[in-house]
Amino acid sequence: MVGYALREALRRKVFAVVLVLTVVFLLLNWLANHYAFRDVQDVGAPLGVDPITFVGATLLGLAMFGTLFLGVVLAVFLTLGAIRGDAERGLLQPLVVRPLGRAQLLLARWVGAVAVCVPYVLVVYAGAVLETGLVGHWWPDAKVVPGLELAGGVALVAAMSLLGSVFLTATANGIAVFMIFGAGLVAGLLGTVGHALNSTTLKHAAEIAAWVLPFEALYQDGLRGLTANVTGITGFVLELGPFGGAYTGGTAVRVWSLAYLGIVGALAVVAFARRDL
Amino acid sequence: MPPALAARGLVKRYGSIEALAGVDLDVDRGELVGLLGPNGAGKSTLVKIACGLVRASSGAAEVDGAPAGSPAARAALGYLAELFRFPGWYSADELLALHQRLASSEGGERERSELLELVDLTAARDRRVEEMSKGMQQRLGIAQALVGSPRVLLLDEPTSALDPVGRRTVRTLLEELRARGISVLLNSHLLSEVELVCDRVVILLGGRVVTAGRPSELARPRGVEVDTDGGTRVYPDAGRDDAARIVAELVAAGEPVYGVRVLRSSLEDVYLEAVEGESS
Repeated sequence: MVGYALREALRRKVFAVVLVLTVVFLLLNWLANHYAFRDVQDVGAPLGVDPITFVGATLLGLAMFGTLFLGVVLAVFLTLGAIRGDAERGLLQPLVVRPLGRAQLLLARWVGAVAVCVPYVLVVYAGAVLETGLVGHWWPDAKVVPGLELAGGVALVAAMSLLGSVFLTATANGIAVFMIFGAGLVAGLLGTVGHALNSTTLKHAAEIAAWVLPFEALYQDGLRGLTANVTGITGFVLELGPFGGAYTGGTAVRVWSLAYLGIVGALAVVAFARRDL
Repeated sequence: MPPALAARGLVKRYGSIEALAGVDLDVDRGELVGLLGPNGAGKSTLVKIACGLVRASSGAAEVDGAPAGSPAARAALGYLAELFRFPGWYSADELLALHQRLASSEGGERERSELLELVDLTAARDRRVEEMSKGMQQRLGIAQALVGSPRVLLLDEPTSALDPVGRRTVRTLLEELRARGISVLLNSHLLSEVELVCDRVVILLGGRVVTAGRPSELARPRGVEVDTDGGTRVYPDAGRDDAARIVAELVAAGEPVYGVRVLRSSLEDVYLEAVEGESS
Protein backbone atom coordinates (compact mmCIF):
# COMPACT_ATOMS: atom_id res chain seq x y z
CA MET A 1 0.00 0.00 0.00
CA VAL A 2 2.92 2.34 0.67
CA GLY A 3 4.14 1.56 -2.84
CA TYR A 4 0.73 2.55 -4.19
CA ALA A 5 0.80 5.84 -2.28
CA LEU A 6 4.39 6.53 -3.29
CA ARG A 7 3.70 5.82 -6.92
CA GLU A 8 0.64 8.02 -6.83
CA ALA A 9 2.69 10.81 -5.25
CA LEU A 10 5.35 10.62 -7.92
CA ARG A 11 2.80 10.44 -10.71
CA ARG A 12 1.03 13.64 -9.82
CA LYS A 13 1.95 16.60 -11.96
CA VAL A 14 2.46 18.72 -8.87
CA PHE A 15 5.70 16.87 -8.26
CA ALA A 16 7.08 17.95 -11.63
CA VAL A 17 5.92 21.52 -11.02
CA VAL A 18 7.63 21.58 -7.61
CA LEU A 19 10.85 20.25 -9.15
CA VAL A 20 10.90 23.08 -11.67
CA LEU A 21 10.15 25.63 -8.95
CA THR A 22 12.94 24.14 -6.84
CA VAL A 23 15.51 24.59 -9.57
CA VAL A 24 14.40 28.21 -9.95
CA PHE A 25 14.49 28.66 -6.18
CA LEU A 26 18.02 27.30 -5.81
CA LEU A 27 19.20 29.40 -8.72
CA LEU A 28 17.76 32.56 -7.18
CA ASN A 29 19.24 31.61 -3.82
CA TRP A 30 22.64 31.24 -5.41
CA LEU A 31 22.30 34.67 -7.06
CA ALA A 32 21.21 36.22 -3.75
CA ASN A 33 24.22 34.72 -1.98
CA HIS A 34 26.59 35.77 -4.73
CA TYR A 35 25.55 39.44 -4.73
CA ALA A 36 24.93 39.77 -0.99
CA PHE A 37 28.33 38.36 -0.02
CA ARG A 38 30.05 40.39 -2.77
CA ASP A 39 28.47 43.66 -1.68
CA VAL A 40 28.81 43.13 2.05
CA GLN A 41 32.58 43.34 1.69
CA ASP A 42 32.16 46.98 0.64
CA VAL A 43 29.69 47.98 3.35
CA GLY A 44 30.85 49.13 6.71
CA ALA A 45 29.08 46.96 9.26
CA PRO A 46 27.48 48.52 12.36
CA LEU A 47 29.62 48.38 15.41
CA GLY A 48 29.89 44.87 16.85
CA VAL A 49 28.02 43.09 14.04
CA ASP A 50 29.84 40.45 12.02
CA PRO A 51 28.57 41.14 8.47
CA ILE A 52 29.43 37.70 7.06
CA THR A 53 27.55 35.90 9.84
CA PHE A 54 24.65 38.31 9.55
CA VAL A 55 24.29 37.89 5.79
CA GLY A 56 24.89 34.13 5.84
CA ALA A 57 22.42 33.42 8.64
CA THR A 58 19.77 35.71 7.18
CA LEU A 59 20.02 34.26 3.67
CA LEU A 60 20.05 30.68 4.91
CA GLY A 61 17.11 31.46 7.19
CA LEU A 62 15.26 32.88 4.21
CA ALA A 63 16.16 29.77 2.21
CA MET A 64 14.78 27.63 5.06
CA PHE A 65 11.53 29.51 4.85
CA GLY A 66 11.41 28.88 1.09
CA THR A 67 12.25 25.22 1.61
CA LEU A 68 9.52 24.86 4.22
CA PHE A 69 7.04 26.52 1.91
CA LEU A 70 7.90 24.29 -1.06
CA GLY A 71 7.83 21.19 1.15
CA VAL A 72 4.44 22.17 2.51
CA VAL A 73 3.09 22.79 -1.01
CA LEU A 74 4.22 19.32 -1.98
CA ALA A 75 2.85 17.69 1.18
CA VAL A 76 -0.52 19.41 0.91
CA PHE A 77 -1.04 18.67 -2.76
CA LEU A 78 -0.15 15.02 -2.22
CA THR A 79 -2.62 14.57 0.62
CA LEU A 80 -5.39 17.14 0.29
CA GLY A 81 -7.84 14.78 -1.40
CA ALA A 82 -6.63 11.50 0.08
CA ILE A 83 -9.88 10.49 1.75
CA ARG A 84 -12.98 12.48 0.90
CA GLY A 85 -11.63 13.63 -2.45
CA ASP A 86 -10.65 10.11 -3.51
CA ALA A 87 -13.93 8.72 -2.16
CA GLU A 88 -15.92 11.21 -4.22
CA ARG A 89 -13.94 10.22 -7.31
CA GLY A 90 -14.53 6.51 -6.61
CA LEU A 91 -10.84 5.73 -6.16
CA LEU A 92 -10.98 4.83 -2.49
CA GLN A 93 -13.81 2.30 -2.30
CA PRO A 94 -12.10 -0.57 -4.17
CA LEU A 95 -9.16 -0.26 -1.75
CA VAL A 96 -11.12 0.15 1.48
CA VAL A 97 -13.18 -3.01 0.98
CA ARG A 98 -9.98 -5.05 0.99
CA PRO A 99 -8.98 -6.61 4.31
CA LEU A 100 -6.02 -4.29 5.00
CA GLY A 101 -8.06 -1.83 7.08
CA ARG A 102 -8.62 1.88 7.05
CA ALA A 103 -5.92 2.75 9.60
CA GLN A 104 -3.32 0.95 7.53
CA LEU A 105 -4.47 2.72 4.39
CA LEU A 106 -4.25 6.10 6.11
CA LEU A 107 -0.79 5.34 7.46
CA ALA A 108 0.32 4.22 4.00
CA ARG A 109 -0.86 7.50 2.50
CA TRP A 110 1.09 9.45 5.11
CA VAL A 111 4.22 7.34 4.69
CA GLY A 112 3.94 7.70 0.91
CA ALA A 113 3.71 11.49 1.16
CA VAL A 114 6.51 11.69 3.73
CA ALA A 115 8.72 9.41 1.65
CA VAL A 116 8.54 12.02 -1.11
CA CYS A 117 8.51 15.23 0.93
CA VAL A 118 11.19 14.51 3.55
CA PRO A 119 13.96 13.61 1.08
CA TYR A 120 12.89 16.57 -1.00
CA VAL A 121 13.17 19.01 1.93
CA LEU A 122 16.50 17.54 3.03
CA VAL A 123 17.96 17.82 -0.47
CA VAL A 124 16.79 21.42 -0.95
CA TYR A 125 17.99 22.41 2.52
CA ALA A 126 21.37 20.79 1.87
CA GLY A 127 21.54 22.64 -1.45
CA ALA A 128 20.87 25.96 0.28
CA VAL A 129 23.50 25.27 2.99
CA LEU A 130 26.04 24.36 0.32
CA GLU A 131 25.29 27.48 -1.72
CA THR A 132 25.71 29.75 1.31
CA GLY A 133 28.81 27.92 2.44
CA LEU A 134 30.53 27.75 -0.92
CA VAL A 135 29.63 31.25 -2.07
CA GLY A 136 29.98 33.16 1.19
CA HIS A 137 32.25 30.83 3.17
CA TRP A 138 29.80 30.88 6.04
CA TRP A 139 28.46 27.68 7.60
CA PRO A 140 25.69 27.41 10.20
CA ASP A 141 26.49 26.25 13.73
CA ALA A 142 24.07 23.34 13.41
CA LYS A 143 24.06 21.89 9.91
CA VAL A 144 21.92 18.76 10.13
CA VAL A 145 19.31 19.36 12.85
CA PRO A 146 17.65 22.42 11.19
CA GLY A 147 17.10 20.36 8.04
CA LEU A 148 15.62 17.51 10.04
CA GLU A 149 13.33 19.95 11.85
CA LEU A 150 12.15 21.41 8.56
CA ALA A 151 11.43 17.89 7.34
CA GLY A 152 9.60 17.17 10.60
CA GLY A 153 7.50 20.29 10.12
CA VAL A 154 6.52 19.17 6.63
CA ALA A 155 5.66 15.66 7.91
CA LEU A 156 3.40 17.33 10.50
CA VAL A 157 1.64 19.40 7.85
CA ALA A 158 1.15 16.22 5.77
CA ALA A 159 -0.54 14.58 8.77
CA MET A 160 -2.74 17.64 9.35
CA SER A 161 -3.70 17.66 5.69
CA LEU A 162 -4.62 13.97 5.87
CA LEU A 163 -6.78 14.64 8.92
CA GLY A 164 -8.50 17.47 7.06
CA SER A 165 -9.03 15.26 4.02
CA VAL A 166 -11.29 12.97 6.09
CA PHE A 167 -13.79 15.80 6.55
CA LEU A 168 -13.26 18.29 3.74
CA THR A 169 -13.33 18.26 -0.03
CA ALA A 170 -9.94 18.52 -1.67
CA THR A 171 -10.26 22.23 -2.45
CA ALA A 172 -11.59 23.17 0.98
CA ASN A 173 -8.90 21.12 2.69
CA GLY A 174 -6.13 22.68 0.62
CA ILE A 175 -7.36 26.16 1.47
CA ALA A 176 -7.74 25.29 5.16
CA VAL A 177 -4.25 23.79 5.50
CA PHE A 178 -2.57 26.68 3.70
CA MET A 179 -4.44 29.15 5.91
CA ILE A 180 -3.30 27.27 9.02
CA PHE A 181 0.24 27.23 7.66
CA GLY A 182 0.06 30.97 7.00
CA ALA A 183 -1.35 31.58 10.46
CA GLY A 184 1.59 29.69 11.97
CA LEU A 185 4.12 31.78 10.05
CA VAL A 186 2.38 35.04 10.96
CA ALA A 187 2.39 33.97 14.63
CA GLY A 188 6.14 33.35 14.38
CA LEU A 189 6.72 36.82 12.91
CA LEU A 190 4.49 38.28 15.59
CA GLY A 191 6.69 36.65 18.20
CA THR A 192 9.77 38.19 16.58
CA VAL A 193 8.13 41.62 16.64
CA GLY A 194 7.13 41.05 20.26
CA HIS A 195 10.69 40.10 21.12
CA ALA A 196 12.07 43.23 19.45
CA LEU A 197 9.54 45.45 21.26
CA ASN A 198 9.85 43.41 24.45
CA SER A 199 6.07 42.91 24.41
CA THR A 200 5.17 40.11 26.81
CA THR A 201 1.68 39.75 25.31
CA LEU A 202 2.91 39.32 21.76
CA LYS A 203 5.60 36.89 22.85
CA HIS A 204 3.04 34.92 24.86
CA ALA A 205 0.61 34.79 21.91
CA ALA A 206 3.37 33.62 19.57
CA GLU A 207 4.43 30.97 22.06
CA ILE A 208 0.89 29.60 22.32
CA ALA A 209 0.61 29.59 18.52
CA ALA A 210 3.90 27.72 18.23
CA TRP A 211 2.62 24.99 20.58
CA VAL A 212 -0.75 24.78 18.84
CA LEU A 213 0.98 24.61 15.44
CA PRO A 214 4.31 22.95 16.18
CA PHE A 215 5.53 22.94 12.57
CA GLU A 216 6.17 26.65 13.18
CA ALA A 217 7.98 25.88 16.43
CA LEU A 218 10.18 23.37 14.62
CA TYR A 219 11.00 25.95 11.97
CA GLN A 220 11.88 28.49 14.66
CA ASP A 221 14.01 25.91 16.44
CA GLY A 222 15.80 25.23 13.16
CA LEU A 223 16.48 28.95 12.72
CA ARG A 224 17.81 29.08 16.26
CA GLY A 225 20.20 26.24 15.45
CA LEU A 226 21.76 28.20 12.57
CA THR A 227 23.33 30.69 14.97
CA ALA A 228 23.28 28.73 18.23
CA ASN A 229 26.86 29.70 19.05
CA VAL A 230 26.69 33.32 17.85
CA THR A 231 26.74 35.73 20.73
CA GLY A 232 27.10 39.47 21.33
CA ILE A 233 25.55 42.16 19.17
CA THR A 234 25.44 39.89 16.09
CA GLY A 235 23.52 37.22 17.98
CA PHE A 236 21.13 39.80 19.38
CA VAL A 237 20.44 41.36 15.98
CA LEU A 238 19.90 37.95 14.39
CA GLU A 239 17.44 36.97 17.12
CA LEU A 240 15.34 39.96 16.14
CA GLY A 241 14.91 38.11 12.88
CA PRO A 242 12.77 37.41 11.04
CA PHE A 243 15.40 35.09 9.53
CA GLY A 244 18.73 33.86 10.70
CA GLY A 245 17.96 33.36 14.34
CA ALA A 246 15.19 32.75 16.85
CA TYR A 247 14.59 32.51 20.54
CA THR A 248 12.16 29.60 20.83
CA GLY A 249 12.75 25.88 20.54
CA GLY A 250 14.62 23.18 22.35
CA THR A 251 13.99 19.56 23.19
CA ALA A 252 10.48 20.24 24.48
CA VAL A 253 9.38 21.45 21.05
CA ARG A 254 10.71 18.31 19.37
CA VAL A 255 9.05 16.00 21.89
CA TRP A 256 5.78 17.90 21.65
CA SER A 257 5.93 17.71 17.85
CA LEU A 258 6.17 13.93 18.03
CA ALA A 259 3.26 13.80 20.47
CA TYR A 260 1.30 16.20 18.24
CA LEU A 261 1.92 13.94 15.26
CA GLY A 262 0.56 11.01 17.27
CA ILE A 263 -2.54 12.98 18.30
CA VAL A 264 -3.27 14.15 14.75
CA GLY A 265 -2.72 10.60 13.47
CA ALA A 266 -5.03 9.10 16.10
CA LEU A 267 -7.74 11.67 15.34
CA ALA A 268 -7.47 10.91 11.63
CA VAL A 269 -7.73 7.15 12.23
CA VAL A 270 -10.79 7.52 14.48
CA ALA A 271 -12.51 9.96 12.12
CA PHE A 272 -11.80 7.81 9.05
CA ALA A 273 -13.07 4.68 10.82
CA ARG A 274 -16.40 6.42 11.45
CA ARG A 275 -16.77 7.93 8.02
CA ASP A 276 -19.31 6.61 5.52
CA LEU A 277 -17.87 6.31 2.03
CA MET B 1 -23.85 -23.03 7.70
CA PRO B 2 -24.77 -19.31 7.72
CA PRO B 3 -26.02 -17.63 4.54
CA ALA B 4 -23.44 -15.97 2.35
CA LEU B 5 -25.01 -12.60 3.08
CA ALA B 6 -27.57 -11.86 5.78
CA ALA B 7 -29.18 -8.56 6.70
CA ARG B 8 -31.46 -8.21 9.71
CA GLY B 9 -33.51 -5.10 10.37
CA LEU B 10 -31.03 -2.86 8.60
CA VAL B 11 -31.73 0.82 9.09
CA LYS B 12 -29.64 3.66 7.71
CA ARG B 13 -30.40 7.32 8.23
CA TYR B 14 -28.57 10.21 6.63
CA GLY B 15 -29.76 13.07 8.81
CA SER B 16 -33.52 13.19 8.39
CA ILE B 17 -33.47 10.91 5.34
CA GLU B 18 -34.08 7.24 5.95
CA ALA B 19 -32.25 5.35 3.20
CA LEU B 20 -33.03 1.93 4.67
CA ALA B 21 -36.04 1.38 6.90
CA GLY B 22 -35.55 -2.13 8.24
CA VAL B 23 -34.34 -4.47 5.52
CA ASP B 24 -34.16 -8.24 5.97
CA LEU B 25 -32.35 -10.12 3.25
CA ASP B 26 -30.57 -13.44 2.79
CA VAL B 27 -28.35 -14.53 -0.07
CA ASP B 28 -27.69 -18.25 0.15
CA ARG B 29 -24.49 -19.92 -0.91
CA GLY B 30 -24.20 -20.20 -4.65
CA GLU B 31 -27.31 -18.07 -5.10
CA LEU B 32 -27.54 -15.17 -7.52
CA VAL B 33 -29.89 -12.51 -6.19
CA GLY B 34 -30.96 -9.45 -8.13
CA LEU B 35 -31.57 -6.25 -6.22
CA LEU B 36 -34.05 -3.98 -7.96
CA GLY B 37 -35.61 -0.66 -7.20
CA PRO B 38 -35.88 2.92 -8.43
CA ASN B 39 -33.19 5.50 -7.77
CA GLY B 40 -33.04 6.32 -4.09
CA ALA B 41 -34.62 3.03 -3.04
CA GLY B 42 -31.61 2.15 -0.88
CA LYS B 43 -29.95 -0.49 -3.07
CA SER B 44 -26.45 1.02 -3.08
CA THR B 45 -26.69 1.81 0.64
CA LEU B 46 -27.52 -1.83 1.35
CA VAL B 47 -24.56 -3.02 -0.72
CA LYS B 48 -22.24 -0.47 0.91
CA ILE B 49 -23.25 -1.61 4.39
CA ALA B 50 -22.49 -5.19 3.40
CA CYS B 51 -19.05 -4.04 2.19
CA GLY B 52 -18.31 -2.06 5.33
CA LEU B 53 -18.18 1.25 3.47
CA VAL B 54 -21.21 2.58 5.33
CA ARG B 55 -22.21 1.95 8.94
CA ALA B 56 -25.79 0.93 9.64
CA SER B 57 -27.79 3.13 12.02
CA SER B 58 -29.29 -0.05 13.48
CA GLY B 59 -29.69 -3.69 12.57
CA ALA B 60 -26.91 -6.01 11.50
CA ALA B 61 -25.39 -7.48 8.37
CA GLU B 62 -23.15 -10.49 8.06
CA VAL B 63 -20.98 -11.68 5.20
CA ASP B 64 -20.02 -15.33 5.27
CA GLY B 65 -20.96 -15.43 8.96
CA ALA B 66 -18.75 -12.47 9.94
CA PRO B 67 -20.00 -8.98 10.84
CA ALA B 68 -20.07 -6.73 7.78
CA GLY B 69 -17.00 -4.52 7.67
CA SER B 70 -14.85 -6.86 9.76
CA PRO B 71 -11.57 -8.09 8.24
CA ALA B 72 -13.05 -11.60 7.93
CA ALA B 73 -16.09 -10.28 6.07
CA ARG B 74 -13.97 -8.14 3.77
CA ALA B 75 -11.70 -11.10 3.05
CA ALA B 76 -14.73 -13.08 1.91
CA LEU B 77 -16.16 -10.59 -0.54
CA GLY B 78 -15.47 -8.98 -3.86
CA TYR B 79 -17.02 -5.64 -4.68
CA LEU B 80 -17.56 -3.47 -7.70
CA ALA B 81 -18.93 -0.03 -6.89
CA GLU B 82 -21.43 1.76 -9.09
CA LEU B 83 -19.16 4.78 -9.39
CA PHE B 84 -15.58 3.63 -9.31
CA ARG B 85 -12.30 4.71 -10.81
CA PHE B 86 -8.90 3.12 -10.92
CA PRO B 87 -5.63 5.07 -11.04
CA GLY B 88 -5.08 5.83 -14.71
CA TRP B 89 -1.38 5.03 -14.75
CA TYR B 90 -1.87 1.35 -13.82
CA SER B 91 -2.00 -1.28 -16.52
CA ALA B 92 -4.72 -3.93 -16.21
CA ASP B 93 -2.14 -6.44 -15.04
CA GLU B 94 -0.61 -4.06 -12.48
CA LEU B 95 -4.01 -3.17 -11.08
CA LEU B 96 -4.88 -6.82 -10.54
CA ALA B 97 -1.46 -7.37 -8.97
CA LEU B 98 -2.12 -4.50 -6.56
CA HIS B 99 -5.43 -6.04 -5.53
CA GLN B 100 -3.80 -9.43 -5.18
CA ARG B 101 -1.44 -7.90 -2.62
CA LEU B 102 -4.28 -6.14 -0.83
CA ALA B 103 -6.35 -9.33 -0.75
CA SER B 104 -3.33 -11.48 0.18
CA SER B 105 -4.06 -13.61 -2.86
CA GLU B 106 -1.39 -16.11 -3.81
CA GLY B 107 -2.85 -16.62 -7.26
CA GLY B 108 0.03 -14.84 -8.94
CA GLU B 109 0.26 -14.42 -12.67
CA ARG B 110 -1.97 -17.40 -13.35
CA GLU B 111 -4.91 -15.86 -11.48
CA ARG B 112 -4.44 -12.56 -13.28
CA SER B 113 -4.38 -14.26 -16.66
CA GLU B 114 -7.52 -16.25 -15.85
CA LEU B 115 -9.38 -13.17 -14.67
CA LEU B 116 -8.41 -11.11 -17.69
CA GLU B 117 -9.51 -13.94 -19.95
CA LEU B 118 -12.77 -14.26 -18.03
CA VAL B 119 -13.66 -10.63 -18.77
CA ASP B 120 -12.23 -10.72 -22.28
CA LEU B 121 -9.34 -8.35 -21.58
CA THR B 122 -6.36 -10.61 -22.31
CA ALA B 123 -5.31 -8.41 -25.22
CA ALA B 124 -5.42 -5.33 -22.97
CA ARG B 125 -3.24 -6.81 -20.27
CA ASP B 126 -0.56 -4.12 -20.56
CA ARG B 127 -2.84 -1.29 -21.51
CA ARG B 128 -3.14 1.55 -19.02
CA VAL B 129 -6.50 2.17 -17.39
CA GLU B 130 -6.55 5.74 -18.74
CA GLU B 131 -6.34 4.33 -22.26
CA MET B 132 -9.32 2.01 -21.79
CA SER B 133 -12.93 2.67 -22.74
CA LYS B 134 -15.50 2.90 -19.95
CA GLY B 135 -16.78 -0.56 -20.85
CA MET B 136 -13.28 -2.05 -20.64
CA GLN B 137 -12.78 -0.39 -17.27
CA GLN B 138 -16.03 -1.86 -16.05
CA ARG B 139 -14.95 -5.33 -17.12
CA LEU B 140 -11.61 -4.75 -15.43
CA GLY B 141 -13.59 -3.74 -12.35
CA ILE B 142 -15.35 -7.09 -12.38
CA ALA B 143 -12.00 -8.88 -12.71
CA GLN B 144 -10.70 -6.81 -9.79
CA ALA B 145 -13.69 -7.84 -7.69
CA LEU B 146 -12.89 -11.49 -8.37
CA VAL B 147 -9.28 -11.26 -7.18
CA GLY B 148 -8.65 -13.68 -4.32
CA SER B 149 -11.60 -15.94 -5.23
CA PRO B 150 -14.23 -14.26 -3.04
CA ARG B 151 -17.11 -16.35 -1.73
CA VAL B 152 -19.54 -13.45 -2.01
CA LEU B 153 -19.65 -10.97 -4.85
CA LEU B 154 -21.42 -7.62 -4.55
CA LEU B 155 -21.91 -5.93 -7.89
CA ASP B 156 -23.44 -2.47 -8.04
CA GLU B 157 -24.61 -1.75 -11.58
CA PRO B 158 -21.84 -3.80 -13.20
CA THR B 159 -23.18 -3.47 -16.74
CA SER B 160 -24.21 0.18 -16.82
CA ALA B 161 -21.41 1.15 -19.23
CA LEU B 162 -21.40 -2.03 -21.31
CA ASP B 163 -22.65 -2.55 -24.82
CA PRO B 164 -24.88 -5.57 -25.56
CA VAL B 165 -21.88 -7.82 -26.24
CA GLY B 166 -20.23 -6.73 -23.01
CA ARG B 167 -23.48 -7.36 -21.11
CA ARG B 168 -23.68 -10.87 -22.55
CA THR B 169 -20.08 -11.48 -21.47
CA VAL B 170 -20.99 -10.47 -17.92
CA ARG B 171 -24.15 -12.59 -17.99
CA THR B 172 -22.15 -15.62 -19.02
CA LEU B 173 -19.61 -14.80 -16.34
CA LEU B 174 -22.31 -14.59 -13.66
CA GLU B 175 -23.67 -17.97 -14.67
CA GLU B 176 -20.18 -19.41 -14.45
CA LEU B 177 -19.67 -17.89 -11.01
CA ARG B 178 -22.91 -19.42 -9.81
CA ALA B 179 -21.74 -22.78 -11.13
CA ARG B 180 -18.58 -22.34 -9.03
CA GLY B 181 -20.71 -21.79 -5.93
CA ILE B 182 -20.04 -18.07 -5.57
CA SER B 183 -22.92 -16.06 -4.14
CA VAL B 184 -23.77 -12.87 -5.99
CA LEU B 185 -25.85 -9.87 -5.06
CA LEU B 186 -26.46 -8.00 -8.29
CA ASN B 187 -27.75 -4.46 -8.12
CA SER B 188 -29.02 -3.50 -11.55
CA HIS B 189 -31.56 -1.43 -13.40
CA LEU B 190 -31.53 -3.82 -16.34
CA LEU B 191 -34.58 -5.93 -15.57
CA SER B 192 -34.21 -8.24 -18.53
CA GLU B 193 -30.69 -9.05 -17.46
CA VAL B 194 -31.73 -9.76 -13.88
CA GLU B 195 -34.61 -11.90 -15.10
CA LEU B 196 -32.26 -13.94 -17.27
CA VAL B 197 -29.60 -14.77 -14.71
CA CYS B 198 -30.92 -14.32 -11.17
CA ASP B 199 -32.28 -17.11 -9.00
CA ARG B 200 -34.22 -14.64 -6.93
CA VAL B 201 -35.07 -10.98 -7.07
CA VAL B 202 -35.64 -8.50 -4.27
CA ILE B 203 -37.38 -5.23 -5.00
CA LEU B 204 -36.61 -2.30 -2.71
CA LEU B 205 -38.69 0.82 -2.48
CA GLY B 206 -38.28 3.62 0.01
CA GLY B 207 -35.74 1.60 1.95
CA ARG B 208 -38.04 -1.43 2.38
CA VAL B 209 -38.34 -4.78 0.65
CA VAL B 210 -41.68 -4.66 -1.17
CA THR B 211 -41.41 -7.86 -3.20
CA ALA B 212 -39.09 -10.84 -3.18
CA GLY B 213 -39.07 -14.24 -4.84
CA ARG B 214 -37.98 -16.29 -7.81
CA PRO B 215 -38.74 -14.64 -11.16
CA SER B 216 -40.94 -17.59 -12.12
CA GLU B 217 -42.91 -17.29 -8.88
CA LEU B 218 -43.38 -13.57 -9.24
CA ALA B 219 -44.58 -13.81 -12.84
CA ARG B 220 -48.35 -14.20 -13.11
CA PRO B 221 -50.47 -15.71 -15.96
CA ARG B 222 -51.71 -13.07 -18.34
CA GLY B 223 -53.85 -15.19 -20.63
CA VAL B 224 -53.46 -17.15 -23.85
CA GLU B 225 -52.88 -15.80 -27.36
CA VAL B 226 -53.95 -17.81 -30.42
CA ASP B 227 -53.06 -16.99 -34.05
CA THR B 228 -55.94 -17.80 -36.37
CA ASP B 229 -57.14 -16.84 -39.84
CA GLY B 230 -59.03 -13.97 -38.29
CA GLY B 231 -55.94 -12.60 -36.52
CA THR B 232 -54.64 -12.97 -32.99
CA ARG B 233 -57.26 -13.81 -30.39
CA VAL B 234 -56.52 -13.10 -26.73
CA TYR B 235 -58.09 -15.04 -23.85
CA PRO B 236 -57.03 -12.91 -20.84
CA ASP B 237 -58.47 -15.17 -18.12
CA ALA B 238 -57.13 -18.41 -19.58
CA GLY B 239 -54.04 -20.23 -18.35
CA ARG B 240 -51.70 -22.96 -19.52
CA ASP B 241 -54.26 -25.65 -18.67
CA ASP B 242 -56.87 -24.00 -20.88
CA ALA B 243 -54.68 -23.80 -24.01
CA ALA B 244 -55.45 -27.31 -25.35
CA ARG B 245 -59.19 -26.86 -24.86
CA ILE B 246 -59.22 -23.46 -26.62
CA VAL B 247 -57.31 -24.85 -29.61
CA ALA B 248 -59.62 -27.87 -29.79
CA GLU B 249 -62.72 -25.66 -29.73
CA LEU B 250 -61.37 -23.39 -32.49
CA VAL B 251 -60.41 -26.32 -34.68
CA ALA B 252 -63.79 -27.93 -34.06
CA ALA B 253 -65.42 -24.69 -35.14
CA GLY B 254 -63.50 -24.92 -38.43
CA GLU B 255 -60.99 -22.19 -37.66
CA PRO B 256 -57.39 -23.05 -38.48
CA VAL B 257 -54.89 -22.39 -35.66
CA TYR B 258 -51.33 -21.32 -36.59
CA GLY B 259 -49.86 -20.72 -33.19
CA VAL B 260 -50.63 -20.55 -29.48
CA ARG B 261 -48.80 -18.74 -26.68
CA VAL B 262 -49.31 -18.87 -22.92
CA LEU B 263 -48.65 -15.36 -21.63
CA ARG B 264 -46.95 -14.58 -18.32
CA SER B 265 -46.04 -11.23 -16.88
CA SER B 266 -42.39 -10.25 -17.29
CA LEU B 267 -40.17 -9.11 -14.44
CA GLU B 268 -40.66 -5.61 -15.77
CA ASP B 269 -44.43 -5.96 -15.25
CA VAL B 270 -43.85 -7.28 -11.74
CA TYR B 271 -41.42 -4.49 -10.99
CA LEU B 272 -43.71 -1.76 -12.28
CA GLU B 273 -46.68 -3.19 -10.40
CA ALA B 274 -44.67 -3.35 -7.19
CA VAL B 275 -43.21 0.12 -7.53
CA GLU B 276 -46.36 1.85 -8.77
CA GLY B 277 -48.55 -0.05 -6.30
CA GLU B 278 -46.44 1.02 -3.35
CA SER B 279 -46.07 4.57 -4.65
CA SER B 280 -49.81 5.03 -5.00
